[in-house]
Amino acid sequence: MNAVVPLSALLDARQVWRGRAPEVPIGDQPTGLRALDAVLPAGGWPEASLSEILLPVDGVGELRLVLPMLARLTQGQRHVVIVSPPYAPCVAGWRQQGVDMRRVEIVDAGEKDVLWATEQCLRSGSCAAVLAWPHHADDRALRRLQVAAATGQALAFVFRDRSHLSNASPAALRLELEALPRPQVWVRKCRGGAVPAQAVPLPRSVH
Amino acid sequence: MLWACIYLPSLALDGILRRRPTEGPLVLVDGPINARTIVSANDAARAAGLHVGQRLSAAQALLSQFDAIPYDRESVERWHQFLAAVAYRYSSEVSLLPHAIVLEVSKSMGLFGPWPRLESMLRADFTDLGFRHRMAAAPTAHAAHVLTTVSDGQAVLTVDTLRNALQRVSIVKSRLPEKAIATLPSMGIRTLGQVLALPRDGLRRRFGVELLASLDRLTGDLPSGLELYRPPDTFDLRIELLHEVENQSALIFPVRRMVDDLAAYLAGRDGGVQRFLLRLEHREGHFTDVPVGLLASERDGALLFEFARGRLEHVTLPEPVLALRLIARDLPAFVPAGRDLFDERHANALPIEQLRERLRARLGDGAVYRLGSTQDPRPERAQREATHDEVPIEPHPRPTWLLRRPVPLRGGNPIILAGPERVETGWWDGGEVCRDYYVIETSLGQEAWAFCAPDEQTGWMIHGWFA
Repeated sequence: MNAVVPLSALLDARQVWRGRAPEVPIGDQPTGLRALDAVLPAGGWPEASLSEILLPVDGVGELRLVLPMLARLTQGQRHVVIVSPPYAPCVAGWRQQGVDMRRVEIVDAGEKDVLWATEQCLRSGSCAAVLAWPHHADDRALRRLQVAAATGQALAFVFRDRSHLSNASPAALRLELEALPRPQVWVRKCRGGAVPAQAVPLPRSVH
Repeated sequence: MLWACIYLPSLALDGILRRRPTEGPLVLVDGPINARTIVSANDAARAAGLHVGQRLSAAQALLSQFDAIPYDRESVERWHQFLAAVAYRYSSEVSLLPHAIVLEVSKSMGLFGPWPRLESMLRADFTDLGFRHRMAAAPTAHAAHVLTTVSDGQAVLTVDTLRNALQRVSIVKSRLPEKAIATLPSMGIRTLGQVLALPRDGLRRRFGVELLASLDRLTGDLPSGLELYRPPDTFDLRIELLHEVENQSALIFPVRRMVDDLAAYLAGRDGGVQRFLLRLEHREGHFTDVPVGLLASERDGALLFEFARGRLEHVTLPEPVLALRLIARDLPAFVPAGRDLFDERHANALPIEQLRERLRARLGDGAVYRLGSTQDPRPERAQREATHDEVPIEPHPRPTWLLRRPVPLRGGNPIILAGPERVETGWWDGGEVCRDYYVIETSLGQEAWAFCAPDEQTGWMIHGWFA
C-alpha cells in the first residue's frame, strides 16, 4: 500500500471527476393536480420542453391533466394550439373548465403534416403550449419537437398510444394514464428527479 | 425645390436580365425584319465586339453564339411605370422623362434625412430590383436630368450653384430641342454656359421660343410643366418565361421576383394586399389560377413569397407554363399589428397571425380555425368556427371531446354517473332531436357522454368523452 494520498491533491490533478447533482428544472406551470405536482421535480410541467402522455384508449382523463394549465394560459392572453386532435374539442366542456376558446387555435393537419405543423407552432415563439396527436412519431421526430419547444420557449405535449412506452423517448416527462381498475397516472420518466414508485390517482371529472 | 433624377440607361435590357440572369452575350434588336439593328447589348456582347447600331447580320458574322431578343416597347413602358411606382415611395411628386424618373425630394428629406442618405436609399432600391441607373440632384427637374447624362452622383443643392454646374455641359448632352443641338456647334457654341450667355432676343429670332422655354425650364425661370405620375390602383405584372416550364420548382425564381415587385409597389403605395392571383398561362389561352388569400393585409415580400410558394407547391401543372401573371386588385390599407412595448415574447418570435398564415399556406385555407359556442342546445350545432364567445357557460355537464357523429356503445352495461338531461328541440327546422343525455362509465373505464331515447336507458349512443 502506498502512502495516503490527500483527496485535494487528486482533485487538483484532475484525475478524479466529481459528480454533480443534476440541475433540477425550475418550473412555474403547475398541472392543477396537487398530488402530481408534488412528485414532479419541476413542481409541474417542465417548461420549454416536451411532455409525452401515453394512453390506453382515448377519453381516460388526458385532457383533465392539461385543461387547468390551458385555462391558466388562455386567461393570461397566451395562445394555445391543438394540432390534429382525435375528436373535436367540445367548446361548452372546455369553457366549463375555464379555457378562453378565443385563444385556442385548432389545426387540422394530414398525417404527414402533423409533426411539421407542431414544430412550426413550437418554434414560432408565439404559442404558450402546443398539443399534438401525431400518428407516427419516432425518436428523431420527438427530439425535433423537444428542440423546437426549447427554441420557442413553449410547452409541448404529445399524446400517443401506451404501446409506445417500451420505446425510448427524448421527452422530459413521460406520463402513462391508466383507466382500470381506477384512473391513475404513472410517472414513467421525469428529467431532474427520480421516478416515483407510486401512481397518482386521477380524480373523476366533476358532474 | 430639389429634384432627384434617376436615369435608366438600359431599361429594356435590365428588364430582361433580371428575370434571366445570363453570362453569355445577349442583345436587343429592333427595326424592320430585313434590317434588324442592335439597340442594346450586355457586357459580354460588347466585349465580343457587338455594339449598338450594328446590323444583326454583321453581328452574326462577328459572333456565332449569342441571344438576340426583340426590343419590346410595351414592356419598357411597363418597367418605366413600375419604377415610377417604386420611386413614389419617396415623394408624392414623381414624373416620367424619357428613360428617366424625376422626383421632388426637398420635402422628403425631412423624413428620410439629407440628400446623401436619401440617395443611397434610392440606389439600394433600384440596385435590389436589378436596374442600372445614374442619379443626380438639382433645383430643377430638367437640370437634374441633364446632369445625369454627364456624370453620376452629382448633387447641386442651390439655385446659385446650378448655373455653374451647367456651364460646362456640352451642347450634345444638353437635351435642348434637336434643331438647336444640330445648329449651335456649327456656330462655335459648344457648352450650355455659352448658350446661356447669349442675348435672348437673338436666340429667339434664330431658334424660336421653344429653345428659350427649354433653357428657362433648365434654370428654373419657368416651372417644369411635367405631368405628375399617379400610381395605378391595381397591380398586374406579367412575365413570359423563356422556356416551357413543366415543373413548379422552376417557377419559384420568377415568382419570387414578381412577389418582390409587388412588395416594392405596396411599399410605395403604403398599402397592403389581402388577396392576389398567380395565373400560370399555358398554350392556346389556357391558364391555371392559383389564388393566394391572406387573413389580414400584408406587405412583407418574404412573407408574401412564402405564402405564394406554399400554394404553388400544391398545384399540379396540367400543361407546360409559358408565362406568369400576378394580379392584385384587392389592396386594402396596411395596418401593422400593434405590439406591446413590454411584450413577454422573445425577440424573434413569429406573430401568431403570421404563424396561422404559414400553416394555412401549407395545410389549406380551412385548416386553422377557432371554435365558439352558439345558442343552439343541440350538441351537433352548439359550436361552430368563430372567434367570438358571447354565450353564457353551459350549466349542465359537457364533455371535453365531442364526437363528430354519435357511435353506438359496445361492451357491457355502463355505470350511470349522472343524468338524465333531456334535450328536446329542433322540431321547427327538420333537425328534430329528443334525447336523454347521461354521463356514464364504460367497461374500459372511460367516462362518456352518451344518450338514449327518452326514458329507455338502452341503445346507448356515445357523443363525447370526458377526457
